[in-house]
Amino acid sequence: MTISSAYIHIPFCQQICHYCDFTKFFYNERLADEYLEALENEIHTYIPLEKAKVKTIFVGGGTPTAVNHSQLKRLLKMIDEHFDVASCEEYTFEANPGDLDEEKVRLLKEYGVDRISLGVQVFDDQMLEEIGRVHRVKDVYTNVDRLVQAGLTNVSIDLMYALPGQTVEHFEKTIDEAMQFDLPHYSSYSLQIEPKTIFYQRYKKGTLIKPPEEDEAEMYELLQRKLSRAGVDQYEISNFAKPGFESKHNLTYWNNEYYFGIGAGAHGYLPGKRTINIRPLPAYTKQAMADGKPILHEEPVGLKEQMEEEMFLGLRKTEGVSLSSFKHKYDREMVDVFGQAIPKLKERKLVQEEKGFLSLTPRGRILGNEVFQEFLLDE
Amino acid sequence: MTSQSKQQRVRNFSIIAHIDHGKSTLADRILEKTKALTQREMKEQFLDAMDLERERGITIKLNAVQLSYDANDGEEYTFHLIDTPGHVDFTYEVSRSLAACEGAILVVDAAQGIEAQTLANVYLALENDLEIIPVINKIDLPGADPERIKQEIEDVIGIDASDAILASAKQGIGIDEILERIVTDIPAPAGEAKDPTKALIFDSLYDSYRGVVAYTCVREGSIKLGDKIRMMATGKEFEVNELGVFRPTPTPLKELNVGDVGYLTASIKNIGDSRVGDTITLANNPAAEPLPGYKRMNPMVFCGMYPVDANKYNDLRDALERLELNDSSLQFEAETSQALGFGFRCGFLGMLHMEIIQERIEREYKIDLITTAPSVIYKVTQTDGTEVDVDNPSMMPDNQKLEEVQEPFVKATVMVPNDYVGPVMEICQRKRGNFLDMQYLDDNRVNIVYEIPLSEIVYDFFDSLKSQTKGYASFDYELIGYRSSNLVKMDILLNGDTIDALSFIVHRDFAYERGKLIAEKLKELIPRQQFEVPIQAAIGNKIVARTTIKAMRKNVLSKCYGGDISRKRKLLEKQKEGKKRMKMVGSVEVPQEAFMSVLDLNED
Repeated sequence: MTISSAYIHIPFCQQICHYCDFTKFFYNERLADEYLEALENEIHTYIPLEKAKVKTIFVGGGTPTAVNHSQLKRLLKMIDEHFDVASCEEYTFEANPGDLDEEKVRLLKEYGVDRISLGVQVFDDQMLEEIGRVHRVKDVYTNVDRLVQAGLTNVSIDLMYALPGQTVEHFEKTIDEAMQFDLPHYSSYSLQIEPKTIFYQRYKKGTLIKPPEEDEAEMYELLQRKLSRAGVDQYEISNFAKPGFESKHNLTYWNNEYYFGIGAGAHGYLPGKRTINIRPLPAYTKQAMADGKPILHEEPVGLKEQMEEEMFLGLRKTEGVSLSSFKHKYDREMVDVFGQAIPKLKERKLVQEEKGFLSLTPRGRILGNEVFQEFLLDE
Repeated sequence: MTSQSKQQRVRNFSIIAHIDHGKSTLADRILEKTKALTQREMKEQFLDAMDLERERGITIKLNAVQLSYDANDGEEYTFHLIDTPGHVDFTYEVSRSLAACEGAILVVDAAQGIEAQTLANVYLALENDLEIIPVINKIDLPGADPERIKQEIEDVIGIDASDAILASAKQGIGIDEILERIVTDIPAPAGEAKDPTKALIFDSLYDSYRGVVAYTCVREGSIKLGDKIRMMATGKEFEVNELGVFRPTPTPLKELNVGDVGYLTASIKNIGDSRVGDTITLANNPAAEPLPGYKRMNPMVFCGMYPVDANKYNDLRDALERLELNDSSLQFEAETSQALGFGFRCGFLGMLHMEIIQERIEREYKIDLITTAPSVIYKVTQTDGTEVDVDNPSMMPDNQKLEEVQEPFVKATVMVPNDYVGPVMEICQRKRGNFLDMQYLDDNRVNIVYEIPLSEIVYDFFDSLKSQTKGYASFDYELIGYRSSNLVKMDILLNGDTIDALSFIVHRDFAYERGKLIAEKLKELIPRQQFEVPIQAAIGNKIVARTTIKAMRKNVLSKCYGGDISRKRKLLEKQKEGKKRMKMVGSVEVPQEAFMSVLDLNED
């Protein structure tokens, strides 16, 4: 059984964003050194011998570019020593606009990184400040220029919407400005208020007010319309790309394929189980140094769960889930396993069946959770 | 020892107290002092046996314990401590257990003074001609003011409180004095051993092995094992196969004599054959007249109960049948709602009784319920002259067919500190009350009396009262009969369909306002659906309020959470679970609490 991908988590940030609930800690040089040591131990435990061949590598955070030059080099080197980067089809680093100086860009390029995901979020300095971001709009321009000049042209930017105080018009300006870069890939996420964030506390106190659901829906539809008109097609609920530039790493998740989850709080999917790593930095580091297996918890994934996940992940893709692949993978017909859900959802015009694929209708896409929950089978 | 002298050394009594004023603690101290319980048997607050009672701090079922006490006069006395429920829903049960006593200990909190429920029960005791021993409890607590409380007892109740016992049940202060005063102040039971037998049933419960267990107090004559007994109200006859007393565990005996308080079983299968207040006599030598005071209790408050999961209908019936075995005032019959499917219309003595039954079904029988808003029985005269009783608002005839509608009224007594008189009167007015009387109990406390429709009481009267008086108000009511009122049926339409389970009866003058409030409340409670759902409140064909639940526009998790699929799964599972708890009404998914929304309109 091959593991298609690797996700490597770097939990350090120069500043903590108000909405972020990923595993993250303020950057500290000594802690980052210890962390990298532990990380190497974990990678080495998974891949003790020859280099692993994977289709994609994704280094996310936190902010992987928040570490200093020598640490970045060390990280890139350890990845290079354990993975066959040359045969890898996509090697992505997440970056914060403003972190990428020339030396960092050079290092990334040198070690074979071929895709950059920039956390731009919004083209408005005041709103950036309000959501706790450190970078400013001008940083996006300098960083993208720097990347393109270095030949790193496969750049994606993340945009957020439904931010507090954001109107449809405001988001439209952000889309327009983002599209002027004419990048091959865009991701866009609506704000989710998650527990243990600053925004959650404000929300509970009533001092944070999200735009109404109507506005949020309109922002999403506007985004779909504008990008599609520019030839940037939606290939997943939150992802848009020019043909051929779809993120192969993200598709690993939606295709329900296996991936290593490496680093503090990282999630992996290995044959028969999902792994969840220890989150707190000292505990992660300690365990990874002790036995190289800093796993907090493993959740078994049986046939039932696999089939459910095949659907609620696969349907996120615009193309949907292939009926024949499903049959091939599970030796059962999709329409038999989900004999209740599929006709009901078709009748509600939330899903459609076309050319051997079951997929979301445009209406199903904006009400995706209504669809996905129907694919949870009863015990 | 002759039976005559034995009877002289029997004392039958109850304890009357407001919730929290220390009745259970005092009962425990008495049980300890009379060595009825070893330390090991001693569960805190022995008399309140049911879990639910413990949690709510109230007594629902009665109990009667036989205790033995060595008095200062050198004689050994037999005490029967008869416990009483402490809530207005069970007034009749209280009156019957008091009828089994010759005396009562009145417990009043040394700081808080007399409360409305206490007063109601003291009046019941006085009606039953009981000797009352006032006890001022919690004298050890800061804020205790025994002299003020004595004065209050004299002013409010009109009994001599100069020799009230100062006690702290918690600290064990005053307990010896209370026990002595039971001996000296409370008379021995009267009644003649040789007269035809009359024994009062003051409680009964169903035991799956023995059938009905009747709690009884022998007022005249005696009952022996094997006697053929007759229930005087129903005329049914049974043969006694066990009798005895509680010490406090059941202790079988061969005979219960005049003055004794105990239990008997006689293979009685139906609790309706052993009704509280009925008189037991002997079939071969029956008494001419039953003991006075028997009433058949009829439910006052009705609601529909439906299983959330339609497959649990039979389980719900089983649960109600089992509860009914033990509760002759619970009534139910099958009913069908277009909105909720198959369920039962259930009748209760009052709101607390209703809540207790609901909770027991959900907790002990594990059935999720949808309960409709409570209603009362309306007496309706139609234009064609026919009369009907309506206990389900959706069954109310069309407004144009109504000649007259009568609804039950109660006399409501609210006791409250001076500062809250304004808010209390405002609530009573808003609840269509007619002012009857207001008395100052002392410098600070006021007794306010109103006539109010029972339907307003079952809505949110007590909750409003509590919130508007910061919990200081105490409240009691008694039914005073039916009055004509200008009432109309209000229907609620969701997506154009009348939802029968949401119909309610309202006074015409308040109809518009309440229709508006309930429409707004439903808008809050019903989540967005995939289409727009208009909510309308209508009287007949006339729409009086309207609002709209907007369609769900976006519900999709956009974040990818770095491959954290477990988290996505959990979120979807949670959404799915939430949906299961909703009821599909026509095309609209409605959460359970929406059916009770009329109770929670925040009119304040």
